[in-house]
Amino acid sequence: MKKEKRDLILAFESSCDETSVAVIENGKRILANVVATQINSQKRFGGVVPEVASRHHIEQITICLADAMQRAQITYDDLSAVAVTYGPGLVGALLVGVTAAKAVAFAHHLPLIPVNHMAGHIYAARFAGEIKFPALALLVSGGHTELVYLPKVNCYQIIGETRDDAAGEAYDKVGRVMGIPYPAGKQIDELAHQGKDTFNFPRAMLNEENFDFSFSGLKSAFINTVHHAEQLHQELDQADLAASFQQSVIEVLIGKTAKALKKYFVKQLILAGGVAANTGLRTAFTQTMQQFPQVDFLQAPLNLCGDNAAMIGAAGYVAWKGGQRADLNLNAVPSLEFDWIK
Amino acid sequence: MIILAIDTSNQPLSVALLKDENLLATVTLNNQQKDHSTLLFPVINQLLVQAELKPDQLDRIVIAQGPGSYTGLRIGGTAAKMLAFTLKKELVSVSSLAVLAAPMTSIDSQTVIVPLFDARRQNVFAGVYSYSKGQLVNLVADQHLALTKLVEILAVYSKIIFVGGAAHKFGDFLQKNLPQKDLSWTTGILDYPQAYQLGLLGRKKQPLENIHAYVPAYLRLTQAETQWLAKHQEKLNEPLVEKF
Ligand SMILES: [Zn+2]
Repeated sequence: MKKEKRDLILAFESSCDETSVAVIENGKRILANVVATQINSQKRFGGVVPEVASRHHIEQITICLADAMQRAQITYDDLSAVAVTYGPGLVGALLVGVTAAKAVAFAHHLPLIPVNHMAGHIYAARFAGEIKFPALALLVSGGHTELVYLPKVNCYQIIGETRDDAAGEAYDKVGRVMGIPYPAGKQIDELAHQGKDTFNFPRAMLNEENFDFSFSGLKSAFINTVHHAEQLHQELDQADLAASFQQSVIEVLIGKTAKALKKYFVKQLILAGGVAANTGLRTAFTQTMQQFPQVDFLQAPLNLCGDNAAMIGAAGYVAWKGGQRADLNLNAVPSLEFDWIK
Repeated sequence: MIILAIDTSNQPLSVALLKDENLLATVTLNNQQKDHSTLLFPVINQLLVQAELKPDQLDRIVIAQGPGSYTGLRIGGTAAKMLAFTLKKELVSVSSLAVLAAPMTSIDSQTVIVPLFDARRQNVFAGVYSYSKGQLVNLVADQHLALTKLVEILAVYSKIIFVGGAAHKFGDFLQKNLPQKDLSWTTGILDYPQAYQLGLLGRKKQPLENIHAYVPAYLRLTQAETQWLAKHQEKLNEPLVEKF
């Protein structure tokens, strides 16, 4: 019996505060996915300090590679290519991964594949199932909130994005007001399940024609509510606050996505990004998708919603198959973005 | 022994290939428009091609460890660390200030060599070196310090030669604050780091025992950490980085 040909991609991710190295087989199977997270370090500062993040990346990068190679039980000769996140992200952090990936590609004569971090987030869903084109992806993370149309493989077109804060950013800012340590998303999600939407915060831009988002108005309304109560020495129910905030975020995300699903004929909706791990959001989306029985619903696996190199390896695999290559002069592009749909 | 030496500590980028103490090929670029990230690996590749060598024929990587620009140090440091690790070769790190001091071999033993880099806001990275019996000796450890502090340290020496572009920038200040001294400044090529010198220094050093542990010598905490430490005397109980 002939064995299926094995294409192995070694992937690097270092765009924010996670250093990660993965080995991916045929774009869909994880042989290793080592993630070193700096949360304990960065929570000292209530957020990610770029220089601190960059310093941790260089401490961790070879250790992560050693672990990944060992867990995957492979040698460099087994590899087909090296994929790396080159943007968007913190420039100093990105540069560690880009330089490390170049070193490995150069040393072992392997092709270097540049990967957009957001394409990576979308391809985290590849580990839950096959991606069917055309597809629509809702990407929600600490740095990004965007709706992306995927007409075919390796083609990503923005149809809408946040005009101010990303959803995850709003969670962290609201968390700070509530005294919840960074990163606040998980704890607000848990609190929200114990409360009710009683404050009726605004649902920004929900009735506008475009597919853009805005979360700064919600954040301000939230902060005003809390400060006003403090002045009156009123005690607000924390769970209700969390539930009201989360409900507004979810309704806006779902409203805009549903609108996009009505305009664009797609076979699949993909939910991905760090905030896609939010259980409130996942539950609400699963319910909403019953209104779109013809659209397949694919969610990034919970453990791959945050930043990791496995997703970069999956996106890198299709980019590699599509013939994308980077030269040794590849640079980090901190503000890298998909093109807008024409 | 084939040595690859890399210095990206500051604006100039210098890479050299050595065979023992002999130079095979070297490039020093000082392109304000391009950064080390785009230039470094094309330059390494070019040198290896010209010397007709393959990456796995390298025996040792020597990296200028700092001080210098944080980003520059990380690009060179990551490249060197990863090349050494992935090719299973030796890694040696050398002070970036020592690299500037190294060519001053003909200096008499009474003269101290002070290489310095601009660290902004009247601060510098500097160290004090001398040559004794053909060996470069570090008299005062590399450090980040105010210019005013540097002249205090230098007050005990009578003959000083300053090295590096930043030394010219602070020339007037140094002259005014060290009035009785015999001061001089390097010029020309000596103001720029030469990776060949780095390779020579690195050739004599012991390789690092644990490549994973290599980090650049920033010689300064980040502002966020300094502020945090000022407020938190206690140690953090949790490890700063956790692996899954
Ligand atoms: Zn991300």
